[in-house]
Amino acid sequence: MSADPIRPAAVSLRGVSKRFAGRGGEGVTAVTSIDLDVGPGEFVSLIGPSGCGKSTLLRVIGDLVAPTGGSVQVNGKPAHQARRDRDYGIVFQDPVLYDWRTVARNIALPLEMLGWDRGRRAGRVQEMLELVELTGFEGHHPWQLSGGMQQRVSIARALSFSPALLLMDEPFGALDEMTRERLNGELLRIWQQSGCTVVFVTHSISEAVFLSTTVVVMSARPGRVVGIVDIDLPQPRTVDTREEPRFFELVTEVRERLRKGGAAEALAEEELLLVEEER
Amino acid sequence: MSLQPVVFPGRLHRAGRRVRDWGPAAAVLVGGIVAWQGLVTALDIQRFLLPKPTEILSALRENWSFLRGAGLYTFWEAVGGFVIGGAVAIATALSLARWRPLGRALLPYAIAANAVPIIAFAPIFNNWFGLINPVSKMAIAAVLVFFPVMINMLRGLTSVHPSSIELMSSYAAGEAATFRRVRIPNSLPFLFSGLKVASVLAMIGAVVSQYFGGLRSTSLGLFIKDRAALALYAEAWAAIVVASTLGVGFYLAITLVERSVLRWHPSMRGVRAE
Repeated sequence: MSADPIRPAAVSLRGVSKRFAGRGGEGVTAVTSIDLDVGPGEFVSLIGPSGCGKSTLLRVIGDLVAPTGGSVQVNGKPAHQARRDRDYGIVFQDPVLYDWRTVARNIALPLEMLGWDRGRRAGRVQEMLELVELTGFEGHHPWQLSGGMQQRVSIARALSFSPALLLMDEPFGALDEMTRERLNGELLRIWQQSGCTVVFVTHSISEAVFLSTTVVVMSARPGRVVGIVDIDLPQPRTVDTREEPRFFELVTEVRERLRKGGAAEALAEEELLLVEEER
Repeated sequence: MSLQPVVFPGRLHRAGRRVRDWGPAAAVLVGGIVAWQGLVTALDIQRFLLPKPTEILSALRENWSFLRGAGLYTFWEAVGGFVIGGAVAIATALSLARWRPLGRALLPYAIAANAVPIIAFAPIFNNWFGLINPVSKMAIAAVLVFFPVMINMLRGLTSVHPSSIELMSSYAAGEAATFRRVRIPNSLPFLFSGLKVASVLAMIGAVVSQYFGGLRSTSLGLFIKDRAALALYAEAWAAIVVASTLGVGFYLAITLVERSVLRWHPSMRGVRAE
């Protein structure tokens, strides 16, 4: 997470918190006092137990959810402006493809929004289909594809307009282990080819370690950054990377940090209970 | 004797599949009519209770020129009501989905209005628009059509996956683009199920509102009422057959449009890749 002195950080969070108003009551603090810098070209994973607000944090970066505190900068400008400028592409856990559009037209959706003409769109769609190895499927409808193929279409759509930043919210969470590992490899290849920055939310430790240059460990609700692990595994990573001793060391380190975060959280919860009992 | 799987080449294959799809339903229709004829004959059921299909058929033939003219006129009234009611319903659904506070203010009344027996308004509409003015019949059909179309369309416009909306806002898309690219396409399957229900209701509305008066030469409804009053039941049944056939035809026409518009929909095709 070295700060580049010339280029602005791809993502820069300062004291970010998000509180959801609850029904009639206190509300829920999803994340609190998050400081985070993601340098250009990095692959950063956010990992934490479910409900730690990592998806919320991703949406805050994408200006899909407004933070209740702190500041969010994307590519050196406020997150809102970055969204207006279409600075990032996003991939959700569900592929979120439109059934009424073919694969080609799903990939072309952001290009339509950018006002590209038909010929230029068609050319780019072909490039993207090659990138995600789906050439020949352009005329299919999403429901005719397997889950893994659908997610590849979703990645192609997110990258079609060459955004500098790719936000991914557990994109392979709904896939089986084998498909997931294959797509992990493909994602790394795509990341290296496109040179974009990736912020990747996952709850799989091995996935985070395998993919990332940096893993950000978060605690359970309210989500806080409890550790930052630099992943010094050599690039490019291959199937053999998962069998290196260093890979296992890093997996263990992330797991320890998660456990500490969880333990701290459990303590905090006990304290809360005590406070409530005293009332 | 052993049964061999029959392989149909090309067009023959399609014809074969059509026979397989429609065969059972056609058999039930023919069987039903034969059983009707048989039972009425065997049990000696009185003509005023239930005429034989053959009697209905001959009444149909004798009154054909009237039934055809009145049938088409009634159908036109139904279609007119369908178009008016459907258009207003679609416009309403779009506005309610676009301006949610409006929806919260108006939807309870739309639902309450649906509980009103709309046919009861037929004499009043006749008074408003004129007894022999087709608009009075179209109005009843239109009011009947409104609710199922509006409520289905509204559901289709609002039951969009939240991530779909997030995706559009990640492209800094405005409301208009989100409606055009997500909400409206998403609502089409819902709209068509509403339109199919509405097509049948439009025909019912047109025929039943004619019971309350209209031009004798153009009303299937008045014809049914008069013939039943004169105990000419076979003729009344013949008119009912015409009305039903037109209703079914209307429904099928909507289904055909649906099929061509929703060609992308998973229910319209089968095969998956991989």
